[in-house]
Amino acid sequence: MQVMARRKIVIDPVSRIEGHLGIEVEVDKGKVVDARSMGTLFRGFEIILKGRDPRDAQHITQRICGVCSASHSLAASYNLDSAFGVTPPDNARIIRNLVVGANYLHSHILHFYHLSALDYVRGPDTAPFIPRYEGDYRLAKDVNDACVAHYLEALKMRILPHEMRVLFAGKAPHHVGFVPGGVTQKPTVDKITGFLWRLRRVRDFIDNVYVPDVMKIASAYSDYKKIGVGHKNLLAYGVFDLDSGGKNKLFKRGRYTGGKLMDVDAAKITEDVRYSWYEDKTSGKNPAEGITTPQPHKPDAYSWSKAPRYDGAPYEVGPLARMSVNGDYKGGISVIDRHIARALETQKIAGALEGWLMQLKLDKPIWTECSVPESSEGCGMVEAPRGALGHWIRIRNHKIEDYQCVVPTTWNISPRDDKAVRGPIEEALIDTPVADPDNPVELLRVVRSFDPCLACAVHLIRPNGRMKKFRVV
Amino acid sequence: MEPTRREFLKLCTASAVGLGISQLYIPKVVRALEQAVAGNPPVIWIQGAGDDGCLVSLLNTTHPTIAEVLLKIISLQYNPTIMASAGEKAISHLDVISEKTKGNFILVVEGAIPTKDGGVYCTIGERNGKHITMLEAVKDLGAKAKAIIALGACATHGGIPAGKPNPTGAKGVRDVLGKEATIINIPGCPAHPDWFVGTLVHLLMYGMPELDDQARPRMFFGDSIHQNCPNYSYYMEGQFASKFGEKGCLIQLGCKGPETYSDCPLRRWNSGVEWCVGVGAPCIGCCSLGFPDEVSPLYASLPKELWPEKQTEVT
Repeated sequence: MQVMARRKIVIDPVSRIEGHLGIEVEVDKGKVVDARSMGTLFRGFEIILKGRDPRDAQHITQRICGVCSASHSLAASYNLDSAFGVTPPDNARIIRNLVVGANYLHSHILHFYHLSALDYVRGPDTAPFIPRYEGDYRLAKDVNDACVAHYLEALKMRILPHEMRVLFAGKAPHHVGFVPGGVTQKPTVDKITGFLWRLRRVRDFIDNVYVPDVMKIASAYSDYKKIGVGHKNLLAYGVFDLDSGGKNKLFKRGRYTGGKLMDVDAAKITEDVRYSWYEDKTSGKNPAEGITTPQPHKPDAYSWSKAPRYDGAPYEVGPLARMSVNGDYKGGISVIDRHIARALETQKIAGALEGWLMQLKLDKPIWTECSVPESSEGCGMVEAPRGALGHWIRIRNHKIEDYQCVVPTTWNISPRDDKAVRGPIEEALIDTPVADPDNPVELLRVVRSFDPCLACAVHLIRPNGRMKKFRVV
Repeated sequence: MEPTRREFLKLCTASAVGLGISQLYIPKVVRALEQAVAGNPPVIWIQGAGDDGCLVSLLNTTHPTIAEVLLKIISLQYNPTIMASAGEKAISHLDVISEKTKGNFILVVEGAIPTKDGGVYCTIGERNGKHITMLEAVKDLGAKAKAIIALGACATHGGIPAGKPNPTGAKGVRDVLGKEATIINIPGCPAHPDWFVGTLVHLLMYGMPELDDQARPRMFFGDSIHQNCPNYSYYMEGQFASKFGEKGCLIQLGCKGPETYSDCPLRRWNSGVEWCVGVGAPCIGCCSLGFPDEVSPLYASLPKELWPEKQTEVT
């Protein structure tokens, strides 16, 4: 009967992502009918941050993720700027944008070629390209060969944006150039030139290799325009301040639901834990008010990730959300749309970087003097390459009393919420056709289109008590 | 003609040539390396409680490029971030290859090993419907490996996940497997790609590199950052920066260079483009085996008694 036809497929580990993820789906008559995504690592960052010097948060939180550390550094810097009551000079705002923007280029190129391309392109028959799932690799031989060559070229190319980042920030991943109040070094002509020269080479690659390759895959796998749709809710906090205070941003804040663009109110974010390995006590509260403790053997739970919700609903975050909210992308929501939006976003950021570089003023200040306040609260909401990223801090006795991060992938890989509504990736997997349960390459195409970053997603959020309301610019 | 071990060490040591591993490109080294690694020795790379930062850092290797490392130097049989396979296929490949090349493969461990509550805080996959903890994987694969490279702060001593109060009981490889195991510690958060590639090549061409009592290769971690710092003369002259952007030694802004051992000032980072102190930022001691707790608060000046003595110049 039906039951006989159903089959469970477990993929654990899901490779070629950042961090530890497992996926479990049920397939019936060749299509996914149920799905669970499982975060399988817990480190406890917020517990580790407690009691430390607030300035150190900028370094500790970068270690949440080796791919998007620059964005954690930016969120932490905004968070600390606001808690310290300091406004960085314009040069510092621009240098931060340049450093984070460069890191986006590295991250998106890495994601497309080295994390997801092998779902569409047949790699050479040598480690680490074998073993692999056998599937419907559809590219014509010459296109496939070119994509393999571009995989190798992209390995060299993505080094350049990291070099751009370190010109101003010291080393990558995990840079040292941001501090509360600004950055650590004045811009110099040699650095501006070094950045520009590398940027132009990367832009050439983005325009002439990356974007065209994405389009070739989009046309060979056009059925994936209808696969991996999900809840159709998109959320973005916005990023890249274009003025002091960030009133104007390259990517604006907003959300898209029911076919309409809407505002974002941070107070409407809640986190459920019914299906997460944390104690149930305060499920459904705003993260600023929740108290959470790990409970590794909790019945029914299946993930170290919590289930963030906006106004009670699951939201997808990432390049597609940013580009759609900003009006830069109107293509739709699917596996292919995620890849196209990410590629077009890379192009947009690369273009903006060149303009920002020219706005730097030699010999103008880069740091506004500030010191750790005895007592304060702060908030930093930005976008990481993978989506909306928020950091919050409460300082008492010059030390961190509470620190919390709500990161992009927690939104995307979230397990079911208290109402048993699936998270975005779980929902996007529904109806995905699976031709061969032993080689479920289709499932990985859906999951990887979100560019999950599990190291980011899974960490304990443990703020105590009340948080003051923040202006959300 | 093969390069001698001495010549190779000179190439690895940034202070000797200022270029480091990039000199691997001299033809005789490449030839010797190709002979030494004929058949590409298998490498198994597992990831625990970490952030993939050390892998991303390795992708930044320039000479040799990462493609050359993967296709010409080693045979990377397992690495969750870049391997094509996933799930059961990946885990059964791991099982087969670690058995088939037992005693012969190099195990790279990235990330810390949570030990609390039986290691449930990090699982690396499933076998027969059961989660495999990182703790089990390190013990199992560690016993079968020819040598183990603990890559980065998390793997050497627990790193950030082991920061107070260490919620998951995170430990480094040596603390889990014991000092008798054949382990090379490459600290850093992240580790520099040259440190990894240089150690790997030494292992393949000449065997175990010379290690200090903390199992770190002396060729990379023999001197303190302070000793080779371009701001050293500012220190000697007593010119100290008190604000960001000012010229001078950064010790008052929190620099941990005197207490941190690595060749960062000479090798520099990301193709040698820059390094931390080079952009006016104090060293946060990420290569220290006590990172982060022993070098925290990161922006607090070292206590005066730890300031290096100013030697009188010998004329």
